[in-house]
Amino acid sequence: MNHDLSLSSAHVPVLRLGDVLLITLQGDLHDGTAEQLQRDIAEQIVRSPVTGVVIDISGVEIVDSFLGRVLAEIAASSRLLAAQTVVAGMRPAVAITLVELGLSLPGLRTALSTEAALGMLATASPGGPRREPR
Amino acid sequence: MSGTVAGVEARMPIRSDLDLVWVRQHVRRAAAALGFGLVDQTKLVTAASELARNTLVYGGGGEMAAEHVRDGRAQGLRLTFSDRGPGIADPERALSDGYTSGGGLGLGLGGARRLVHDFSLDSTPGVGTTVTVTSWAVRSPRQREEPR
Repeated sequence: MNHDLSLSSAHVPVLRLGDVLLITLQGDLHDGTAEQLQRDIAEQIVRSPVTGVVIDISGVEIVDSFLGRVLAEIAASSRLLAAQTVVAGMRPAVAITLVELGLSLPGLRTALSTEAALGMLATASPGGPRREPR
Repeated sequence: MSGTVAGVEARMPIRSDLDLVWVRQHVRRAAAALGFGLVDQTKLVTAASELARNTLVYGGGGEMAAEHVRDGRAQGLRLTFSDRGPGIADPERALSDGYTSGGGLGLGLGGARRLVHDFSLDSTPGVGTTVTVTSWAVRSPRQREEPR
């Protein structure tokens, strides 16, 4: 069989931009990779003083109940560690499917793009909005 | 269309979470080859992912068979997930949202049923479980009455 898609079997990179962690999910994640990501994010939040987590899923073709649960758990554990999570860029077909599946993820904050997600976090950060030029 | 569309029919093992990835990729390609639209592809791939995970987690592994089916001019994809696991004692309960015996969200079976056109569950305790789902590529424009 010919498998041409790149498979994310290793760690997903977690980038730090100021006080936000940025994670970009691509392609088809295996279950183990998603669970590893959950642990990596929690450790990074504690290690560096971040107040927000943005997970860009615009490159993800399907979110099933497993990945949906992992995203919700990342948001919940980040909140306990004083960081807010925004999931950005969900594809329309994924949103329609998740609702039909019965997984509307009510506690999960979303934004249409990474840029919009960063804007939400900047406005919401306790140190006040970072709108002014420095 | 006559004959089978290339790359649709397959039998695939489900023995690890890596196999779930291959199952999703195969179902995606097969549905696209049969003319499924993007939303219908996404629904069927998601249903396949839920069912394959059930086969792995609750059935102890098994396999998926993919077949090309036709009804008149409509093209369909039928997926059969089978395992020789412990079986499901109460299928109606297993299909209800929120029921789980394995620590998940309990959306797998009931959720998968909502994402496909036809769904059947055949399970015998102690023997195994077979779940068969079929979805159809809806062609647009809708079928018109044709002159004979």
